[in-house]
Amino acid sequence: MEDRYQLNKELAQMLKGGVIMDVTTPEQAEIAEKAGACAVMALEKIPADIRAAGGVARMSDPKMIRGIQAAVSIPVMAKCRIGHFAEAQILEAIEIDYIDESEVLSPADDVYHIDKRKFKVPFVCGAKDLGEALRRINEGASMIRTKGEPGTGDIIQAVRHMRMMQSEMRRITSMEEDELYDKAKELAVPYDLLMYVREHGKLPVVNFAAGGVATPADAALMMQLGAEGVFVGSGIFKSGNPEKRAAAIVKAVTNYKDAKMIAELSMDLGEAMVGINEQEIALLMAERGK
Amino acid sequence: MMRAGILALQGAFAEHRNMLERLGADCVEIRQRTDFRENLDALVLPGGESTVMKKLLTELELLEPIRKSIEAGMPVMGTCAGLILLAENVVGGEPCFGTMPVTVRRNAYGRQLGSFQTVEEMKGAGQFPMTFIRAPYIEEVRDGVEVLAVTGGKIVAARYGRQLGLAFHPELTDNPDIHRYFIEEICRK
Repeated sequence: MEDRYQLNKELAQMLKGGVIMDVTTPEQAEIAEKAGACAVMALEKIPADIRAAGGVARMSDPKMIRGIQAAVSIPVMAKCRIGHFAEAQILEAIEIDYIDESEVLSPADDVYHIDKRKFKVPFVCGAKDLGEALRRINEGASMIRTKGEPGTGDIIQAVRHMRMMQSEMRRITSMEEDELYDKAKELAVPYDLLMYVREHGKLPVVNFAAGGVATPADAALMMQLGAEGVFVGSGIFKSGNPEKRAAAIVKAVTNYKDAKMIAELSMDLGEAMVGINEQEIALLMAERGK
Repeated sequence: MMRAGILALQGAFAEHRNMLERLGADCVEIRQRTDFRENLDALVLPGGESTVMKKLLTELELLEPIRKSIEAGMPVMGTCAGLILLAENVVGGEPCFGTMPVTVRRNAYGRQLGSFQTVEEMKGAGQFPMTFIRAPYIEEVRDGVEVLAVTGGKIVAARYGRQLGLAFHPELTDNPDIHRYFIEEICRK
């Protein structure tokens, strides 16, 4: 497993400083690639529509994913349900570049996540805090993202998760080695992973922001909070001018500290996605899979 | 002290920075036009997505100044996407700087399942652990290009004057030999 896992972590390193965009058609995929996406997430419905439609949300039709693979030259990701290893096997069979074991879809298993070490293709998983992140990494995830509430256009949860992870990691770096044993027990994670965090002050894999990113300012906020790149779901194709907004978010991620440039980028973007506030949501997807 | 610029628009630029700093270079990250100086001692084009970098290079008005500096002899090392940016011809993509007379095939080994590691001899750096991530290879080299490494019958490293192009990622290893080769044999001569 070791070599494959290393290569899979390294693909995530190549995505750093980039924007991964949700797309539902080959046309959207081409728009995303032209706008500067470093990868696309192929799915039948974007999270805002999944939320609106209700019902059980499953892996997308492999034919639809293939259509997107044919349309673009950048990496293509796709989502499977939490714990649904058969969906993951199908995605691996069509040579997907990255699988997102995602809380956006209806969970298939309320106890076990997928044993991701059994796969050759890489996995990205969501996490709200350090414990979740390290548990997913222990299961074989080679990339982590926040679990910001998808399809809402509300950044508050992604911010909460990123701040939580960063502050927990800062605390770990100041712990004595013997204190880590107890911490490992508390978080239900292996000691070795905590040792890595203590030595490096970061996760052993790349960590992106996801959920609720709708504007260049949202992207810059997450990058300044320590994200290494950004997923944008509903924020682009639910907005008034997807091309322009997508390109602006890409540039904001590269120059996330340059407020003057981000001010320019934020002008005349047309209507942002309407969004729903955290308090107005009936279903908290971030609570799926811990 | 040597001053190296690292194109930091997207991708694995921090890894190059770590490696060059270990070798004693002073590094600047190039994220916009005002970060780029024509008098840099070296320039590194990292791995990442070449389509993203080309778009940002164009829109941030970095493409022409960097191309002119490379043509004027600024030492440059391109890895993976960086090699694609340097190539005169790109199969499955578009050329960017086009300063290196080679033809590069993008995503030449297919999708992520085609990514691999190997150890191969590279002229100037010896046996080297090579990591290929959705990598390109060099299909054809033209006059004046020296082939530095071949694996599986494909050219994966080449030099043209002060331009060094690699299909793989020396910045992802612990081995600084290729960066050292770049500094000592290309930048300092």
